[in-house]
Amino acid sequence: MTISNHASVPETIALPPKEFSRTLYAYVVWGGLALALLWSWAPAEMDRVTYLFSDSGNMVEYASGFLTPNFHDWDYYVQEMILTVQIALWGTVLSIFFGIPFAILSSSNVAPIWIVQPVRRLMDACRAINELVFAVLFVVAVGLGPFAGVMALFVHNLGIIAKLFSEAVEAIDPYPVEGIRATGASKLQEIIYGIIPQVAPLWISFSLYRFETNVRSATVLGVVGAGGIGQILFESIRGFYYGETAAILIIVVITVTVVDLLSQQLRKLAI
Amino acid sequence: MVAVSIDGLTKTFGRKRALNGVSLEIPAGEMVALIGASGSGKSTLIRHIAGLERGDAGCIAIHGREIQSAGRLSGEARDMRRSIGVIFQQFNLVDRLPVITNVLVGFLGQINRLRGTLGFFSRNEKHIAMRALHRVGICEQARQRASTLSGGQQQRAAIARALVQGARLMLADEPIASLDPASARRVMEILAGINKEDGMTVVVSLHQVEYARRYCPRTIAMKDGAVVYDGPSVALDTAFLKELYGEASDELILPDAPVSDQPRERPVVAIGSGAPALATA
Ligand SMILES: Nc1ncnc2c1ncn2[C@@H]1O[C@H](COP(=O)(O)OP(=O)(O)OP(=O)(O)O)[C@@H](O)[C@H]1O
Ligand SMILES: [Mg+2]
Repeated sequence: MTISNHASVPETIALPPKEFSRTLYAYVVWGGLALALLWSWAPAEMDRVTYLFSDSGNMVEYASGFLTPNFHDWDYYVQEMILTVQIALWGTVLSIFFGIPFAILSSSNVAPIWIVQPVRRLMDACRAINELVFAVLFVVAVGLGPFAGVMALFVHNLGIIAKLFSEAVEAIDPYPVEGIRATGASKLQEIIYGIIPQVAPLWISFSLYRFETNVRSATVLGVVGAGGIGQILFESIRGFYYGETAAILIIVVITVTVVDLLSQQLRKLAI
Repeated sequence: MVAVSIDGLTKTFGRKRALNGVSLEIPAGEMVALIGASGSGKSTLIRHIAGLERGDAGCIAIHGREIQSAGRLSGEARDMRRSIGVIFQQFNLVDRLPVITNVLVGFLGQINRLRGTLGFFSRNEKHIAMRALHRVGICEQARQRASTLSGGQQQRAAIARALVQGARLMLADEPIASLDPASARRVMEILAGINKEDGMTVVVSLHQVEYARRYCPRTIAMKDGAVVYDGPSVALDTAFLKELYGEASDELILPDAPVSDQPRERPVVAIGSGAPALATA
């Protein structure tokens, strides 16, 4: 016996109508995006897009300068690149170390609301301010050099780590934690035995991802005098040394790619 | 000595009354089954006894010490939880930690806080944990992650944790609901063994009435958040269970209570009129 033999089943079953509110929502979102793009066209000088093509002769000349990279000072570049990675390493590790307590304090399933809200706002502030801005501030405070870069990465990433880590904490399974609580463990012990093991793989993965990103960010810190390869990159661009600029950029790209690949492999192991 | 004493416990979730004036007393050393249809408030009651949830009114005392009263958790609740072992339907083990660590967690309430927090467990403590695992029959799996164990093994690891904890009262919330019959029997045997050999008080919520009859001399039945029967398990008869479980009764009720030798006892401590029928019906 098939279903269609049933007298009670109608020939066609009407699809329930779309919810009006959802249709409206789609119009508002897409319409709003279109309006925002129009509104931003002139201020962003998007009309100059033609210059990319009208001055194509200049562009070709500019580009061809890069085709003959000058590796004469390669050891100096590599040395600066290693320094850049070292800055990123310290900035990342400091932000993880200090970010963990902030992450826990900004997780609504662990801390009370009157702690969560202020801590989250503080972390928002760290995140909202770009690392380059922090770098300028720290150059003033602690002087030119790599330490200012480390501090800039540290403070900006503190906000990011706290947010990413606390999102992982808020998504945990509460039952194992309750199981630990039921043994008479303290709150800190609940966190260490119940929460950390659950979030560890995600935390490791986020940390490695932040390290990748920080290596990339650290390559521009030198522009404001906060150490690393950015400084010589900026100088060679401003001096129209195309060959040197190309060599530095190649070293940056290779390093960033290698760091990304390594960290991706490590992340796979963590999960 | 009274292990659990509850007086007028009431709890409302939003507009849902989950517990409605529950009063009962369980002497130390008893093994009691808690039965009732889905949503009748068994888990909620167990969570209140363990001090994991606060009631709206009424009070609960464990071994003569108040753990909560009139919606307030006693200041000693964290300390008192040590003497209460809780086993949950979902096992509540930490999946990514090895079984042995999950069991060692049972020591956290007893040892120096700092040492427990840092995870420095002594050789003797590890030895005790291994003995507990041996007792529940899973010492070979000690180094495996909890997530790699079968359901029945995880439940036994949870029991081992409660054993290590030095609990005197064991609360088990549907410990066998997700287990196959062989594992279920195994877990019930272990609970019964702990009750007999260690004199531990055991309160176990169950869906399968035949397990209540086999392992627990006393049964407490709940319906809509109230205790509707409290008496010997052998006196539970099919008519009563049909009423207790309503529609869902067919799957739950197995062969009728042992009728054999003695004439069937009627419920002795039925709440309300003293009649065997459901008080609320
Ligand atoms: N945290 C909560 N929030 C809201 N309602 C809840 C909560 N916990 C329990 N309830 C409600 O309280 C009632 C009793 O639930 P409880 O889990 O105690 O039932 P149960 O007897 O254990 O059922 P089951 O046999 O299905 O496990 C249910 O109606 C449930 O929806
Ligand atoms: Mg339940």
